[in-house]
Amino acid sequence: MDSSVYLKDKLFRRLGLFSSLTIIIICILMFVVLFIYSYPAIKQFGVVHFILSDTWNPVKKVFGGASAIYGTITTTLLALFFAIPLSVGIAIFITQLCPEKLKSYFSNAIELLASIPSIIYGMWGLFTLAPIMRIYVEPLLQKIFLPIPYVRYLFTGTPLGIDLLTAGVVLSIMIIPFITSIARDTFELVPKELKESAYAMGATKWEMIKDVILPYSRVGVLSGIIIAAGRALGETMAVAFVLGNDHNIHLSLLKSSTTISVTLANEFTEADFRLYISSLFYLAFILFIMSFTALGIAKFFLGKMRK
Amino acid sequence: MSDVLIEVKHLNFYYGSVKVLKDINLNVEKNNITALIGPSGCGKTTFLRCFNRMHDLYKGNRYEGEILLNGENLLKTQDLIALRSKVGMVFQKPTPFPMSIFDNVAYGLKLKGIKKKSEVEDIVERSLMQAALWDEVKDKLSSPATSLSGGQQQRLVIARALAVEPDIILFDEPTSALDPIATAKIEELLTHLKDITTILIVTHNMQQAARVSEYTAFMFQGELIEFDRTEKIFTNPREELTEKYITGRFG
Ligand SMILES: Nc1ncnc2c1ncn2[C@@H]1O[C@H](COP(=O)(O)OP(=O)(O)O)[C@@H](O)[C@H]1O
Ligand SMILES: [Mg+2]
Repeated sequence: MDSSVYLKDKLFRRLGLFSSLTIIIICILMFVVLFIYSYPAIKQFGVVHFILSDTWNPVKKVFGGASAIYGTITTTLLALFFAIPLSVGIAIFITQLCPEKLKSYFSNAIELLASIPSIIYGMWGLFTLAPIMRIYVEPLLQKIFLPIPYVRYLFTGTPLGIDLLTAGVVLSIMIIPFITSIARDTFELVPKELKESAYAMGATKWEMIKDVILPYSRVGVLSGIIIAAGRALGETMAVAFVLGNDHNIHLSLLKSSTTISVTLANEFTEADFRLYISSLFYLAFILFIMSFTALGIAKFFLGKMRK
Repeated sequence: MSDVLIEVKHLNFYYGSVKVLKDINLNVEKNNITALIGPSGCGKTTFLRCFNRMHDLYKGNRYEGEILLNGENLLKTQDLIALRSKVGMVFQKPTPFPMSIFDNVAYGLKLKGIKKKSEVEDIVERSLMQAALWDEVKDKLSSPATSLSGGQQQRLVIARALAVEPDIILFDEPTSALDPIATAKIEELLTHLKDITTILIVTHNMQQAARVSEYTAFMFQGELIEFDRTEKIFTNPREELTEKYITGRFG
């Protein structure tokens, strides 16, 4: 081989290695920096206590992350609850039911949804969805669920439209494109002969989807769900407008709440002493670990699927 | 000596406007193995997939003529689900469903709405025995079917087809993805299966056709060139084209 080509090749490989190393180093540095800045709060409030305490009181200089963590997890779970069936349904429609000609239109529409900036979802949530929730949806839900024991606690309070439920709906619309496109791709991977085998046994289209496509794609869809959950956990702008900023834990989905990212966005500018700032970093650190865990689980499943 | 199960009469088949099968006439004898041979692209798979109306899954395909199964033209039947429980199919690559070994074999029963546990268990056991797989899987019926080897998977798929007691099973090169040992097992199995059902098998492998079948059909460019008892085809064919093909002096 020509030695100059060889040299270029080598250089290119070095460059590639260097940039990937940089990414890893940035990740590790972020972790370290978050830890260092959180350290005063970690020392003051401990780990378990910080996670379990819902006191967030800058005046008394006492901070606990429970309410923000609760809000983060609840809105994410709500978003998944709405988004999973819808996304899987849409993906089944696109890959199995939709006429070939229309396929690309629907696929593009879904991808368009993914490209809308989250602040616009937030504005839409505040100006359009919240009033609809307050006036129509939430009173209706109360009518249905308030008479049911236990379940009723999820729907108590005056409907405001600015609450966990609305935030969950906005988030779900945001993550639908992620789950849908991954589900669509995994559904497309189901071998043709496998589908034909189901038909050859006398299955209807629906039976084929239920018994072959869905179980075959289980792992792929699951990893899509977890990636989407990672997005939902950290989403700020779409949630900030429709969730309020209430550092109390309410069981009712019709109450305001806060999430880690919303707290960070709202309060860094107000944080005027070290422990306050450190507590905010502590929350950020926890969010970092949560997202990292979600991604790790997704990678694990994807790896298993490839085998 | 034996009865005719299927009569194919003047069958034409079109992919869109392309005519791929041309005026095919052939009888399939009950409880026999009929082999379809011919060069790649001659229409064997296309022909096979007419019998369970697999072509109906895709747009633009068209049949002409008749395929009579027990006297009824299956090309005209509306009830494809009933047809497909009478006409089983085994593909080139094993196609175990993403479920347990047991559930794979029970799948056709589930589709038919047969739910009684003892009945289902009996049929699953019987089918696995008929497919010569029972001894290898009886202790792990709840394991995923994909944990089996390729040859075992293919026998599982055969058991799955047998469970609904089809009149005929269609095989499309069922051993082409398997090693010689697994292939030999399947071939031996086929010769036993003709006691309980009828077999129509496409094979790229002429020795296989010679070994297992009673009747052989030789196809070329969408036409049925010659159809006769297997020993006649392989020892004393009527057509020159057939002779060329079986002696490997082709093209
Ligand atoms: N889905 C299809 N659409 C159009 N033409 C096809 C299709 N499948 C097969 N063909 C054509 O039909 C002919 C017969 O194919 P096939 O039945 O698969 O042959 P064989 O199984 O004997 O190799 C070939 O010329 C092939 O290109
Ligand atoms: Mg073929």
